[in-house]
Amino acid sequence: MDFLYAIFIDPFVQMVELPDFLLQVLWEGFVAGVLYALIALGFVLIFKASGVFNFAQGIMVVFAGLTLVGLHEKGVPAYLALILTIGVMGLLALAVERFVMRPLVNQPDIILLMSTIGLTYFLIGFGEFIFGGEPKQMITTELGLPTGSTAFEIGDGGLLILQHIDIAAAVIAIIMVAALGVFFNKTRIGRALRAVADDHQAALSVGISLNQIWAIVWFAAGIVALTTGIMWGARSDVSFALEIIALKALPVLILGGFTSIPGAIVGGLIIGMGEKIGEIYWGPLVGGGIESWLAYMIALIFLLFRPQGLFGERIIERV
Amino acid sequence: MNARVKHVELHAEDDGLAPGEVILKLDNVSLSFGGVKAISDISFDIRKGEIRAIIGPNGAGKTSMLNVINGFYHPQQGVITFRGKARSRMQPYEAAASGIARTFQNVALFKGMSTLDNIMSGRTLKMHRNFLWQVLNVGPARDEEIEHRLKVEEIIDFLEIQHIRKTPVGKLPYGLQKRVELGRALAMEPDLLLLDEPMAGMNLEEKEDMSRFILDVNSQMGTTIALIEHDMGVVMDISDRVVVLDYGRKIGDGTPDEVKNNQDVIDAYLGVSH
Repeated sequence: MDFLYAIFIDPFVQMVELPDFLLQVLWEGFVAGVLYALIALGFVLIFKASGVFNFAQGIMVVFAGLTLVGLHEKGVPAYLALILTIGVMGLLALAVERFVMRPLVNQPDIILLMSTIGLTYFLIGFGEFIFGGEPKQMITTELGLPTGSTAFEIGDGGLLILQHIDIAAAVIAIIMVAALGVFFNKTRIGRALRAVADDHQAALSVGISLNQIWAIVWFAAGIVALTTGIMWGARSDVSFALEIIALKALPVLILGGFTSIPGAIVGGLIIGMGEKIGEIYWGPLVGGGIESWLAYMIALIFLLFRPQGLFGERIIERV
Repeated sequence: MNARVKHVELHAEDDGLAPGEVILKLDNVSLSFGGVKAISDISFDIRKGEIRAIIGPNGAGKTSMLNVINGFYHPQQGVITFRGKARSRMQPYEAAASGIARTFQNVALFKGMSTLDNIMSGRTLKMHRNFLWQVLNVGPARDEEIEHRLKVEEIIDFLEIQHIRKTPVGKLPYGLQKRVELGRALAMEPDLLLLDEPMAGMNLEEKEDMSRFILDVNSQMGTTIALIEHDMGVVMDISDRVVVLDYGRKIGDGTPDEVKNNQDVIDAYLGVSH
């Protein structure tokens, strides 16, 4: 009975008794979720347009962050470094399209997946070669991002502390998603992107160049990676360890659906908040540390009942 | 309506060719996949303004033929001349840019998008305003969008699909999907329109509608059409000339009457006793 009480009753009692603490936990989860969502967004962009699961999205986050910080260390002013990094991500997109995607067009998905794993190791090696393998401090203040925090009083004596950088991350993520929404729905290139996502052959037949579209989505994914790199780097630091955290995008995608931008966001938030709440309120029951696997558990349950995710396209095989 | 937008009419672009002149010519084209010969040594031409049917039993190489013409496949041998220019390896989007549009045997639409967006996607190559303008959706980009929208509305009227303008095409019945696909190809205002079994899986009424659309496209817009079709009644009725393929070879070529009386063609369709 005690055990059942500890699972089903006690956590909720704690939540009600200390609402400010619950809010704090939710906020932490929300911020982590925003960052997961940003990484997942990079995956979705490329998956939608080419059906390629881009294993390298995580390392692109690290690579973008490293390039930005590395350039600044070499004496380039912060904003110029930012612009140069955007340029580097553009070059990377062109190179990937030319040397990875184009030669492998029409190959089975598994081969394209393998090629992105190859790309991952190339970027790890290349990044270490140029910028070294040491973790680096993100140039937060130089980029004009806010630091410090604000405390809000809640109820009687409760405190909710919000880090300014976290608020900035949330705002930037929202702007970014809105911009992508406009890009996809309002522009000719956006229409072409959706067309390519739906049917390659038909897109070709109306005069859409797949090569051009692929370069554009990889560039867009690169920009998303850069944003993620800055935001995540500002919370901890820029290091290759980030690449492992980026794999959290997998459960996010399973939850949200591989082809849905809103799905990536909602999935990211559910995973981020779910694992924080799980860790704080249920973690102690099993000795803590559930944050690292809870997301995969949730994804597994989803796979059983709704394999296309919350917003993904229904998987219908016509026989 | 915006005064700066001029009224538009749909027609194939003027390419300086008179009706009856050869628009597309294939000389000794061969295509194989590994050891399998899909097309062997085929030559024929398509003349401007005509409806040219490509027929033949299943596996005869008809769809491969269309895929060669619009650049999906690159023949190992032979020369393709389009509007007087011999083509080298051409990518599908380059073929589209040069004025070749097509539909597919198994409808290939953008299923998540509405009828309107699908047909608009056919205007991709005709839109030139850059992308910042479009994001802002002001000034020239807005005029351009309206101008293209007008043409698309004309096509929608022409194909009598006003009522499904905003419906995602994935939800439409098959016959209507085929019609939307034709609309998307028409939006490209092609010089040469390739139709791969436009009437497959349709009932009699739908077939009659589709035949009427094809004839109207041909006569009103002046579009040259090459089509693959299995319904012999339709083929003999609407086409000007017919080319017959069997096992990747050409076995007949001529007017419907000539083809009907060609012994090789009769053998291929009815089988011949050995």
